[in-house]
Amino acid sequence: MRVGVLALQGAFLEHCRSLRACGADPVEIRKPEQLEGCRALVIPGGESTTMGRLMTAYDLLTPIREMAAAGTPIFGTCAGMVMLARQVEGLDQTLLGLMNITVKRNGFGRQVDSFEADLQIPVLGKEPLRGVFIRAPYITALGEGVEVLAVYHDKIVLVRQGKLLAASFHPELTDDLRLHKYFLEFVA
Amino acid sequence: MAEKGTWTVKKGLAEMLKGGVIMDVTTPEQAKIAEEAGACAVMALERVPADIRAAGGVARMANLKIIKRIMDAVTIPVMAKVRIGHFVEAQILEAIGVDYIDESEVLTPVDEQFHINKHNFKVPFVCGARNLGEALRRIAEGAAMIRTKGEPGTGNVVEAVRHMRMVSDEIRRLTVLPEEELVTVAKEMGAPVELVKQVAKKGKLPVVNFAAGGIATPADAAMMMQLGCDGIFVGSGIFKSQDPKARAEAIVAATTHYNDPKILAEISEDLGEAMPGLEISTIAPNERMQERGW
Repeated sequence: MRVGVLALQGAFLEHCRSLRACGADPVEIRKPEQLEGCRALVIPGGESTTMGRLMTAYDLLTPIREMAAAGTPIFGTCAGMVMLARQVEGLDQTLLGLMNITVKRNGFGRQVDSFEADLQIPVLGKEPLRGVFIRAPYITALGEGVEVLAVYHDKIVLVRQGKLLAASFHPELTDDLRLHKYFLEFVA
Repeated sequence: MAEKGTWTVKKGLAEMLKGGVIMDVTTPEQAKIAEEAGACAVMALERVPADIRAAGGVARMANLKIIKRIMDAVTIPVMAKVRIGHFVEAQILEAIGVDYIDESEVLTPVDEQFHINKHNFKVPFVCGARNLGEALRRIAEGAAMIRTKGEPGTGNVVEAVRHMRMVSDEIRRLTVLPEEELVTVAKEMGAPVELVKQVAKKGKLPVVNFAAGGIATPADAAMMMQLGCDGIFVGSGIFKSQDPKARAEAIVAATTHYNDPKILAEISEDLGEAMPGLEISTIAPNERMQERGW
């Protein structure tokens, strides 16, 4: 199964590795024509301002919004979550705006506050998932249709809205494939 | 329990910077220009390397006020430089919350034998390397990210090319050596044998490796990416050029589309003059910054 991984900037290779380990066939996306035939899309961690600029410059915003409208599953981690959000607290930046969430960028603080912690994620079973949070955002407000899948210290860090999935943390930096597998099940 | 400053978290931020451009800036205004142009991080400095070279004398950690104002101006990570071996400058930068520390040969070293023990810090470090032994020594000391040294402030990418090719050649060579030779090779390159074995097995460095030192054009950035670098540092190359905003945007695009000559051609037009370049042979050997570090 062909799964696009947005490769403008950030940790796209790690997502490709996780997806391959799940049996999918990842392809790096830098231009709109490369999205053709992708059954799902991953937006990796990195810097959301960088991605927003390059998505605008290389005409990727509209095709990705159209994919989402057509029901293609999209998974965003960290900066990818920011890109999926409708709004970022206190900042005006280019977003895909596909999910009814408001996020706070660098919500957990700067790099010296970056951390790892075990997360309870009921949809993945009892075994906790090691969450790697790097200058991570969290969700401050939810709209219609958004389901909370994980919370850490009262902060919402994993949500689903239909076939869209967004995480504050980086499952691609661990060997735990459960969240990627959960996402790939969204593909009809 | 939350664990801060782990190896995964330190190395992880470098992973997030990959495919991106880290730009030297000296004012909040320059930092905003860099962020808007798509920089994935900025390096906060008092002077860019070309000016440090011109000024001479002892170059130290930047004025903290400048660094803090830059931290307040942008949402992307902010890095800052400390002198080689100056662990107290590093403690101070960690205390003000800088996101990454560059233990850098651009500044004047304070210890002619030892680098900082970077394991002692929660904040991650990047260090320069000209060859694999130097890279692995820095990683052994706790560096979570490596960059080529190049020759900073020259606008001449020849030394960065040399250093990247050297590291790649040495890694390739390790992968074909029989295991019994690795201990002697480790001794010869002055690197810990465990790290040498790990590189031999995986065929790559255990941390992210960026290009730095002399990058002045989109073509320079794309070439370093094609040579296998994970991302780009641009020091003097942007704000010493005629049109910094256009050049910054072009170098960001070139780092993403490094394998697409058609896009590279489009973005290389109309950039104005690049920074003035310096031929390496005109710099006395004892003034070459890349020679600093042990």
